[in-house]
Amino acid sequence: MAEIPTPYTAGKPGLKESKEELRGRIPGWGADLDPADRPSFPREQPGIETGAHWDFPERQNEEWPRERSIEHAFVTPVFGTSTPPAGVSGAIRKYAYARFSEGRAAHWLLLIAADRVDAWEHHLASLATVRPDNPVTETGVLSEFSRHGLSSRLGKKRADVNHQWIDPIVVGGPWVLAGLGGVAAVRALRRAAGRK
Amino acid sequence: MRAMVYRGPYKIRVEEKDIPKIEHPNDAIIRVTTGAICGSDLHLYHGMMPDTRVGMTFGHEFVGVVHAVGSSVQNLVPGDRVMVPFNVYCGSCYFCSRGLFSNCHNVNPNATAVGGIYGYSHTCGGYDGGQAEFVRVPFADVGPAKIPDWMDEEDAVLLTDALPTGYFGAQLGDIVEGDTVVVFGAGPVGLFAAKSAWLMGAGRVIVIDHLEYRLEKARTFAHAETYNFVEYDDIVVHLKKATDYLGADVVIDAVGAEADGNFLQHVTAAKLKLQGGSPVALNWAIDAVRKGGTVSVVGAYGPIFSAVKFGDAVNKGLTLRMNQCPVKRQWPRLFEHIRNGYLKPSDIVTHRVPLEHIAEGYHMFSAKLDDCIKPLIVSTPA
Ligand SMILES: [Zn+2]
Ligand SMILES: [Zn+2]
Repeated sequence: MAEIPTPYTAGKPGLKESKEELRGRIPGWGADLDPADRPSFPREQPGIETGAHWDFPERQNEEWPRERSIEHAFVTPVFGTSTPPAGVSGAIRKYAYARFSEGRAAHWLLLIAADRVDAWEHHLASLATVRPDNPVTETGVLSEFSRHGLSSRLGKKRADVNHQWIDPIVVGGPWVLAGLGGVAAVRALRRAAGRK
Repeated sequence: MRAMVYRGPYKIRVEEKDIPKIEHPNDAIIRVTTGAICGSDLHLYHGMMPDTRVGMTFGHEFVGVVHAVGSSVQNLVPGDRVMVPFNVYCGSCYFCSRGLFSNCHNVNPNATAVGGIYGYSHTCGGYDGGQAEFVRVPFADVGPAKIPDWMDEEDAVLLTDALPTGYFGAQLGDIVEGDTVVVFGAGPVGLFAAKSAWLMGAGRVIVIDHLEYRLEKARTFAHAETYNFVEYDDIVVHLKKATDYLGADVVIDAVGAEADGNFLQHVTAAKLKLQGGSPVALNWAIDAVRKGGTVSVVGAYGPIFSAVKFGDAVNKGLTLRMNQCPVKRQWPRLFEHIRNGYLKPSDIVTHRVPLEHIAEGYHMFSAKLDDCIKPLIVSTPA
């Protein structure tokens, strides 16, 4: 290292390896050296050929009132049709879209809240089906055994290992609490019935 | 058909779903032959992306065979083998007509700040993705391309996102000959960004991560110098010292909002979803780049605010560049590099998981088990 490090004087640090050394060591070194010849240069290129043979695309059929950002002039001509809003979560989502622009924190926080409600709506509904949610198969936790769960973590200097113990608590905790709440509710009902 | 279905944070299963139908004259239905799980899918899987609905099918990296086409499709016929960029885009709006394919304004009613992405929540348009046997591909004349005969299917699937995004990350860095480039994150995108930095003439490429097996790949596959940040009290100071107190000319953030920074960040962001993610990697990038340098961001960040050290970026006179990659603009050049042997994308594939076992694939990838770098999803053997 120089006696006085680079930034305190005008010079640029010398290359650790010469151009020739780099070319010899790294396949393709410098193949895209010219910034003007890189694929997304210039960033915006008017009139680029895309394969579109329309000015404004034909409109896709709207099978239900499609929720949209109020920053859009209208529902875009094409959109995804996965999972229409439904239930309480659907009502929260529709409200978030109808009321708040993307610039408002409330918009996104309501959508995240609706996601949590949606998950619980479906977990509860699944209990009434022949295929209830299965925390073992659906979390893929069995791969802990088939994919070296312990040896992948132990002695590996990973940054995430020190907090992974809390993950099952944060993920599973609400389930345990809901279960305990359910047991308490059943007991309370029994007690109330017994008193009659 | 069989399809991966989201059931809530950390929970997915494979279900029977209807085969998607043509909903617009320029749609195609593709039968997926190979797909992939992407690091940014973990953002959805962890429940951090707003408006990720139960019942949705994820997957924006896939290749397959054309099964059916709509009445206005001119460039594809059933039977064609195609690769599909992760961007859903129209090709004709203000943004598309200027090449900003990832910023299309005609495909995502749910938001104006982001374009359309397959299987990536309603924030990105509400499209079901390709971790399924079939997928609807809008604007089939614009997005997909036929897979060249000489190209490997596994190389093709990595060309739908990971490789072009990594290459684009290096490109956003505006690398000039001899630059010192630091890449945060040695996942697929970071590995490809490091490799691409050399193509653009970098003089030195340094990769930072905390997973030794990924750093090993960064050394062998991407010829990079590597540091495990866990071994340093302060990785930023270490990088300053390693660059003669100057800092790097270019830093690429290939981590995104799932950065494993510290306990508090992990619990408040990843687990309790109280912030949009942890900006640790981005803040390290702002700290580690030299004054007047460029920070390129290709890691995935959601729309919810994160605490970013913007004052330092101002005071250091940085150029911050970022976007989702307009994949198809990168293809012709990347095809050339693959043909010339400069790039072999499928070298980073570590696992091939049948669709029926995708829940275990997600857990393995999310928990970084079994030295997993890139899992592909293959059709379940009958
Ligand atoms: Zn991806
Ligand atoms: Zn467009």
